[in-house]
Amino acid sequence: MVYGTLALLSVPFLFPTWWMVTASLKPANEIFAFPPSLLPDSPRLDAYQRVFEVQPFAAQYLNSMYIALVVTLGTLAVSSLAGYAFARIRFPGQNALFLVVLIGLLIPSEVTIVPLFQMFNEWGMIDTHWPLILVPILGAPSVLATLIMRQFFIAIPRELEEAARLDGLGQFAVYRRIAMPLARPALGAVAIFTFLHSWNLYLEPIVFLSTPDKFTLPQALTHFVDAYGGPMWDVQLAAASMTALPVLVFFIVMQRQFVEGLAHTGLKG
Amino acid sequence: MSGPAPKERRRADCSGPPGRPFWTGRRREALAGYLFVAPQLIGSAVFVLLPLILVFWYSLHEWNVLAGSFEFTGTDNYDQLLNDPSLPGVLTATAVFSVGLVLLNLSLALWLALMLNRRLAGTTFFRTVFFSPVVVSLVAWTIVWRFLLQENGGVNGLLDVFGMTGPNWLRGEFTAMLSVIVVQVFKNVGLNMVLFLAALQGVPRELYEAATMDGAGRWTRFVRITVPMISPTILLTSIITVVGSLQVFAQIDVLTSGGPGTSTTVLVYYLYQQAFQFHHFGYGATLSVLLFAIVFVLTFVQWQLRKKWVFHEQ
Repeated sequence: MVYGTLALLSVPFLFPTWWMVTASLKPANEIFAFPPSLLPDSPRLDAYQRVFEVQPFAAQYLNSMYIALVVTLGTLAVSSLAGYAFARIRFPGQNALFLVVLIGLLIPSEVTIVPLFQMFNEWGMIDTHWPLILVPILGAPSVLATLIMRQFFIAIPRELEEAARLDGLGQFAVYRRIAMPLARPALGAVAIFTFLHSWNLYLEPIVFLSTPDKFTLPQALTHFVDAYGGPMWDVQLAAASMTALPVLVFFIVMQRQFVEGLAHTGLKG
Repeated sequence: MSGPAPKERRRADCSGPPGRPFWTGRRREALAGYLFVAPQLIGSAVFVLLPLILVFWYSLHEWNVLAGSFEFTGTDNYDQLLNDPSLPGVLTATAVFSVGLVLLNLSLALWLALMLNRRLAGTTFFRTVFFSPVVVSLVAWTIVWRFLLQENGGVNGLLDVFGMTGPNWLRGEFTAMLSVIVVQVFKNVGLNMVLFLAALQGVPRELYEAATMDGAGRWTRFVRITVPMISPTILLTSIITVVGSLQVFAQIDVLTSGGPGTSTTVLVYYLYQQAFQFHHFGYGATLSVLLFAIVFVLTFVQWQLRKKWVFHEQ
């Protein structure tokens, strides 16, 4: 009974991904067969080849990859440093500064998109990747990461640090050699959050970028259209599969760490 | 410490014995603290606070990017906002979307979490299934749904099997909004489900056992034990989901482009259209101020409600 309900409920969660992959292997006319077939009659990779002909898809893929990696590493560095300081180091004005940082949690990035556009315009950074890198690492998106890191560092037993301090390690050495290795679960959760956030960014790329060579994947996916502006479905679905599948496969392999990491971010309330 | 005090004075000021070096342990620690938080603080100042101030400033200007004009117009943009014939529709669409999404998302997430919190074989499998769309690229997910929701798409194909004729989902005012909400719920409900599961595992089993002995039924146990015990998580997920629902953009852009008519034009989409398609930056900034005000008020209200209904373990 429970299994029946669960299995039925799984359909809208699994079917779109299944359909995306199978349809991308069908010739264009079979995609519209009615009712739709679950498996392609004669699977073919035509659409996958055309993805690279219609757009500079390889370059766009690389753009998304490197931006997400840089943003993830940068966010880990910035948020772990700040999170550690707010949790473990005492300095005057600490609480006030923490509140200043927390304001970022309150402000959706959409609120600041107009002035950010103007600022990057002044700096000559429109149609470059800088806005997609600098804002996530330093701006509002990294505030949540700092909060998660702070929650984690607060829970580390003080004795470990004190022993290290007695051995003559400075603050930075304690952070790097003692705190960071302990923080791997929190760092993992932050890395996942950050990577997915950057990978899925959509409004910012379409506002900041205009040259197809510089596009990121989500933005590129909507540009697989024919001469009349109609979507080239098979090509679009092949590109979507290539965008979605690597992350999905990675997730399935790392499933346990993934879900546990998210569940243990100190967000339990 | 005021003014250029001589070195001797300064040393005396920091309450150490005379002759103690300036870099005491405490000062070293404070300096390390400032250096550690510097990147985040400078980032917040440049990319959060400065734009926030600028958005208020811009909202007081008429700014035509194409003509290159930028002039102070006081509250003209706010007058325009109050008289904007599109705005009531936009705010209605925003409210319908947010309320629909939050109710559907939270109730489905909680229901899934309750089902998967039992000790059954295969729960890990189902957790993976319900969580998996969270990691699928948002635009890829939405593109597939746009295809499935077409008049001759997969959803209607499925309905056809049961002898029903489905509507053209994305072209009807009511069904378009419904589609956007449901597609978004399937995409992200797994995240709230995981947070609820983590919270449910913290509820002591003895409470349920004791309640069952006292003759409490399933519903009573759910309302009297489960809900109060996980109320902090309910608050957290509702704040995240409410604020997230106000930010929805890619789904609207890909699925409906705000249509049919303006039935799915939510505030962020309208802001984008005004600022970046029609190049009305000043009015776009004014809409940003409105968005900020809404988010601020909602978060504040939810935070206040916390005192009323969030159960705190003593």
